[in-house]
Amino acid sequence: MIEFKDFVFFVLSLVLIASGLSVITSRNPVTAALSLVLAFFNAAGIWLLLQAEFLAIALVLVYVGAVMVLFLFVVMMLDINLDKLREGFWDYLPMAGFIGILMMVEMVMVFKTKQFNLPPLSETLPNASNTELIGNTLYSDYVLPFELASVVLLIAIVSAIALTLRDRKDSKKTNPADQIAVKRKDRVRLVQMKSEEKYVKPKAKERT
Amino acid sequence: MIGLSHYLILAAILFTISVVGIFLNRKNIIILLMSIELMLLAVNINFIAFSHYLNDIAGQIFVFFILTVAAAESAIGLAIIVLIFRNTRSINVDDLNRLNG
Repeated sequence: MIEFKDFVFFVLSLVLIASGLSVITSRNPVTAALSLVLAFFNAAGIWLLLQAEFLAIALVLVYVGAVMVLFLFVVMMLDINLDKLREGFWDYLPMAGFIGILMMVEMVMVFKTKQFNLPPLSETLPNASNTELIGNTLYSDYVLPFELASVVLLIAIVSAIALTLRDRKDSKKTNPADQIAVKRKDRVRLVQMKSEEKYVKPKAKERT
Repeated sequence: MIGLSHYLILAAILFTISVVGIFLNRKNIIILLMSIELMLLAVNINFIAFSHYLNDIAGQIFVFFILTVAAAESAIGLAIIVLIFRNTRSINVDDLNRLNG
């Protein structure tokens, strides 16, 4: 008889693997993005089984809430020719499948060795809250990497905005340097004419 | 009973799926980014499993930093995709051969 916890693990892993397969094989990128949301959600469940509550919630908030919404935005904003992108999709399947199965068999062989065969733990982690533990470690031993992470995020914000920034064509913005550099002859033109004659406008190219 | 190796094998399967995804979707740059996200998720599962079974919180701190960097990476990656689409009107990787002289 298997325990309920083991049953939950198998359900979560099955859905995780199925949604992972759906991400890489789905025709429509929107379907792939939604499958990726499902995969992240199941991974968060598996992290909860491993008593990493803070990171599980952070995964749902950051990935499902922010990153995947960004993906969906971009996927739906772009007008993509799907047939062109699917050309020759299965061409490399034999090669890719061979390499994938080889990698998986090798990794499983390694993980089946004795040193990875740790027994399941029930009450090993101290009873303190997971968030408190992470906070204590993060703000003492890892405070410098934490500050660096904030710098990385700042650079990401600035570069993402700078990359996609585009001036409006009908913008009424003025350039102060050009305004100051204006001379009198650029704007004022004196013409000689008799007062009773009709003024003949010079051709456009003669103007300065 | 679920041991450490079960979690590691699950992460290995997920990693392999995303590697195969990179092979198959070599034209669609958005799915390539999604495969990379899936790969990072597999690595994070490994970290958290080790953190649990070895009773060391450092693994979870590492996952925290990986999440930060991955979020920054996907934001910049999507900005670059938008820029590519604006210039070439396509996201096909085959169309990105302007630098080949």
